This record gives sequence, structure tokens and C-alpha cells, in this order.
Amino acid sequence: MGTTTTAAGWRHTGTSAGLRQSLRTLAASVMMATTATAAIAAPSTEEVNTTGLAVTDDTVTVGILHSLTGTMAISETGSVQAEKLAIEQINAQGGILGRQIKIIQEDGASDWPTFAEKSHKLLERDKVATVFGCWTSASRKAVLPVFEKDNGLLYYPTFYEGLEESHNVFYTGQEATQQILAGLNWAHEELGAKTFYLVGSDYIWPRTSMKIARKHIENVLHGKVVGEEYYPLGSTQFGSLINKIKLKKPDLVFGAVVGGSNVAWFKQLNAAGLTFKKQPMLTISVTEDEVLGIGGENVEGLYSSMKYFQSLDLPGNKEFVDAFKAKYGEDAVIGDVTESAYLGPWLWKRAVEAAGSFDVDKVVAASPGIEWDTSPHGYLKVDKNHHLWMRTRIGKWKADGQADVVWESDVIEPNPFPEGYQ
Amino acid sequence: MGGYTGEELTAIFLMQGFSGLSLFCVFLLMALGLAIIFGQMGVINMAHGEFLTLGAYITYLTSYLASDVWPFLFDYYFPVAIILAFLGTFILGYLVERFLIRFLYNRPLDTLLATWGLGLILQQIFRSLFGPREKSVVMPDWLMGSYQATDMVDIPLNGLMVVAITILLTIGVFILLYKSRWGIKVRATTQNRTMANAAGINTDRVDRLTFALGCGIAGVAGAAFTTIASTGPTTGSLYIVDTFLVVVFGGAASLLGTVASAFGIAQAQSILSFFLSGSMAKVITLMTVVIILMFRPQGLFASKVRR
Repeated sequence: MGTTTTAAGWRHTGTSAGLRQSLRTLAASVMMATTATAAIAAPSTEEVNTTGLAVTDDTVTVGILHSLTGTMAISETGSVQAEKLAIEQINAQGGILGRQIKIIQEDGASDWPTFAEKSHKLLERDKVATVFGCWTSASRKAVLPVFEKDNGLLYYPTFYEGLEESHNVFYTGQEATQQILAGLNWAHEELGAKTFYLVGSDYIWPRTSMKIARKHIENVLHGKVVGEEYYPLGSTQFGSLINKIKLKKPDLVFGAVVGGSNVAWFKQLNAAGLTFKKQPMLTISVTEDEVLGIGGENVEGLYSSMKYFQSLDLPGNKEFVDAFKAKYGEDAVIGDVTESAYLGPWLWKRAVEAAGSFDVDKVVAASPGIEWDTSPHGYLKVDKNHHLWMRTRIGKWKADGQADVVWESDVIEPNPFPEGYQ
Repeated sequence: MGGYTGEELTAIFLMQGFSGLSLFCVFLLMALGLAIIFGQMGVINMAHGEFLTLGAYITYLTSYLASDVWPFLFDYYFPVAIILAFLGTFILGYLVERFLIRFLYNRPLDTLLATWGLGLILQQIFRSLFGPREKSVVMPDWLMGSYQATDMVDIPLNGLMVVAITILLTIGVFILLYKSRWGIKVRATTQNRTMANAAGINTDRVDRLTFALGCGIAGVAGAAFTTIASTGPTTGSLYIVDTFLVVVFGGAASLLGTVASAFGIAQAQSILSFFLSGSMAKVITLMTVVIILMFRPQGLFASKVRR
């Protein structure tokens, strides 16, 4: 472990208490350690790669698997950009175990069987050490059997519905309870919400999320769900729904509408005189990326429950935003998922260095307990269930497309299989 | 409906009526162009949605120019955008007919494939030019918000705009097809091409203009939709299924049928989604249409032309 590169803000509670202590005392010598790695010869390839991965004496190959074409390209572009940025930064710091990261990028084309096929190719033909990718739950479910069969490694960035835990996947976004429960508690306490109207697009993520939300509202908050509605993906007509909301007058509309529907939904809400001042609304599907398409003037006053907002005033975030803008232009926006995607390569780097090996099983074993104080969204910790401990924040959108963070939770333990919520 | 006052129910009834009306206008607007191309010419234009998207992007560009380059024009850009959207899609439609469609008349399956391919090409062009993310068209103030008729009744201004555009466009198309000399030529050509040719009508030219007109109308629809929905490379594909549904259900060759079918489908969907949920409303509407078409494959209003 002597030659491990440590960047500022990293800790590891998983290996041993002694190591954690020594890392703390070594915090001052971080810079020295960084320069030292370059000088010391990298560990030999036979030593760090016993399973035939694409690792040479000076490179390691990883895969990026997102939709570059098709309907999901809108959403996945940001993730690709963040992953590439992180990898570029890691390479500039000297790479991982003395090896530069090479990327093989594949296009999932918004088509789930294609995702499975491409992950097959990345794992079996290219022998990549890890894959950063997938966005929708459907694409993750499609590649999961491939990763489990070939014992690959996937870093999955999107906040999702939970109810999953795989040896081969790390989930760098929120699972459902982290995003939903804290958000609803906040609405209950701060806005005094007792009646709720649940609205979502009609597929697995909104439906599972709303199921959890309903249980929480009814059993924990002792509030009332006055309506629950799903609209097909791509719906652009919400007139009738808006009238129903006007009739029921809930204290809070809790929303998970995605994609092109999102734009129509907010434009029509606004046009129907249902401004967020009159009708408070909390959503788990709107990030800076979506606001770009919806238009800031249409979401002014809307609340989002997320772990990350571009406007977060944290040292780690300032660095990240500056680097992102330097690479992708001053107008680039960063949403919650984009930030999650940025975490992937860094968490992998940290785990590989802790394991001293690229072997998937060793990297997986070394991952739980990794802590990062200065990630863009602040403190995080990798749990043994492969999800992250993190804070949830409530952001209130402004007309310029950025959010004011109005509330922040404590660090929340990930719980992908919440009891009493299924 | 326990627990609601009469005033509340009246207000909801009014607003629900309006939301049905605006859905009807949306359906009619997107189907009108296709009704001309598919109904009058028999060309299955799978790229119809992309012409709609092109209209939306032209509106986006105009709004961008108006807000960033000539801010003093901002309040008035929308009518200009509609005209530009019409011209842009009209010209593209004209070129497409001239260089692609006219080689494929009487080969419906080939036109279907060719126009589908054209749609994909256009989608990718939009993606390369404007990026994969959706664009927000900034509306002038007079198009934002709602008109408050009473304390409880809010009528969306952008909905009113769509209704107005639809009425003007529909009247225009009817006059053009049934009251103008050009309309006579179009109908003559669709009814019997050989005889129309013999009577001295330049049917090639008529075809080209008809196709271009259908595309131009799609462009106007796209411009109007920027006020209520999203603008992205794949926006058109959100509309294409509904569009064909409306045209086929109405009876391919009949404009009146298109109007009637748009009205029926819109009202059914609007009312059902008020009492049931959005997804169920769609399922029931689609099922009803399929069942009616099984018994009446020619659609609601069949044309009595012998072919």
C-alpha cells in the first residue's frame, strides 16, 4: 500500500483502522506522495491483473457505454462528458497504478438489447477493466446478466428506483428512498403539506418511486394521497390532469415526469395559471439539464429533491464546475446525474489503488468504506451494498436555470430494499 | 362529486371544455398537413413529424435572433416565426418532392421506407446542428400565463393562440382546396390523373405544390407547438402516431373526416383522462379506434370516388 496515490479529501474505513489512522497522519504528505508515484516504477502487470483484463505496462482500458443516438441521447450526453472529464483529470495526475486510462466508447443507441450486446463486446472482446455507463433502468436491467456472467464491473450514474444490489455494479446516484423520503419529510415539515398529488411518466422508475412515496405519506407522515396519475412516455397533453389538480387543490404535487413530456407538463402548468406560488410542487426528475429544455421562466419556484445542484457552494464543486466549463464551454450545465457520472472514475481509481489490483473481485472487495470528503456534492461513503451514503438537498429553481439550495439533510444511509415500502 | 361547490364544478367544466378544445386543435393542426399529402396524394409521409420539428426549430432560431440580436423585435417575433416556419418547410417539401417522392408514386411501400429514411436523416441533422438536448423557445410576455375569466377559470393564452392558428389554417386550407382554381386542379389530379393531364393540367406541378403545402402546414403546426411542448431532435416522433391515427380514422381522402376524427379522438381522450388516468385514456381511445376501423376500414368519412 506504500505507493498509493491519495488525493486530498479521500479516506478509507474499509481496510483497517490502522490504515485509516496512518492515512490521516499522512494527509500532509499528500502532495509528496503524488509526485512520488510518478518516480516509483509502476507495479508489474502480472501482479495487478491476474484475470486477463486489457491492462498493459502503461495503459488500462475502460469502457463507456451510453446512448449517443436515439431519444436518450438528450439525457446521456452529460454523463459521457463527465466521465471523460474525470478520466482526463486522472490521466493528468499520472493515471492509475502508473497506467494511463484508455477509453473504448460504445453507443447503446437508446435500445436495450443493443446495450446488452455492446456490454458483451466490451467485456469479452475488449476485456475492459471497468465500464462507466447506462442511464435508464431498462438499460441497466438489460446489461446486468452480462456483467454478472462475465464478472465485469459497472459504475451506474443515475438516481433510480432501488430494489437492486449486484456484486458487479456500483450505483453512484441515489436509490429511491434517499431522494424521496427526505424530500417528502421536508415538504411535510417546512411547507406543512398534508395532502399530496402524485404524477409520473408511465414506466418502472416513477411507478416504484410513487409506491414508496405513497407508503411514506400514508404510514409515516399520516397524510393523504388525493391523486396518483401516470402519463405515457412522450405525452404532451396535460390539460385534463391540470384541471384535476385544480379541483383537488393538494398541498403538494409530487412529480416524476421525464423526457419531452417534462417540457410540455411545465409549460402547460404555467399557462394554466397554476404557478408554483399557488401550487407548491416538488419533483425528483428535474435537474439543470432538464431546465435547459423547459426554460427557467417555466420552473421558477419549483422544488427539486437531489443530492447535487450546480450552484452548491462547496470547494470540491467549484473545482468541478470550473473544469467542466473549461472543457465543454461556459454555457455548459451540470445536473445531478452528470455529477454522479463524474464520481464513477474517481471511485474506481480509489478502489483499484486500495486493492493494488485491477482484478474485479479485489476492486469490489476494496470498495466499501471508501470515503470522499470533497466530492462535488460533499461527503460521500461507499456502502457494502454498493450504494453511496450522501446528503439530499432541496433546490428552488430560479428563472436563470440555476437552483437555490433551501434545505440539506444529514448524510443518509443507502437502503435499496426498504422494509415496509414494497 | 361530493364536497365541491357548484361554482367550482362550473369552473372545472369550462376549463375541461377548453382543454378538450385545445387538444382537438393540436390534433387537427398536426393532421392537416398529412391529410393533404396522404389523403389527397396517397403518399405515406413518415417524415411528417420531422417537418413539424423543422418548423419548431425555425421558431427557436427566430426567438433566439429576436431575443439576443434584435431585442426590440422580441414582442413581435412569433407571427414572423410562423411565416418563416411555413416558408422553410414549404421549400424543403418542394425539394423533397422534386428529388425523391416523384420517383416513387404508385409504390406506396417504397415511399414509406424512403420517407422514413428521410425522417432519420433529418433527425440526425437536427442533432448535429442543435445538439441532442431540448431547446427552450422563449415566449414573449403576451403569450405567457393565462387569461383569468373569473376567480377560478384560467384560460391558457398559449392554448388560445393554438386555437386561433388552427381556425385560420383550417379555413385557409378549405378555401384553397374547394374554392380556388388550384384546388380544382388538385382534386382533379387526385381523382383521375390521366384525365387531368388530358384536360391540360400540369399534374407534376400540382403534385409538387400539394406536397410542399402539406409540409408547410406541418411547419406551422411545429411553430405553434413550441408554445405548449418541447423542441428536440426527436420531437416529431412523439406526434407521428397520433397524426396517422387521426387521418386514417377520419377517412383518408376527406378533410371533413380529418376534422371530425380529430374532434372525436381529442374529446374522448380529454374526458377519459379526466375521469380515469392518462395512460388508461390512451389505451381506451386507441382500442375504440381500432375496433371501429375493423368494422369500417375506410374510416369515418369515406370518399365515394371510384378508383
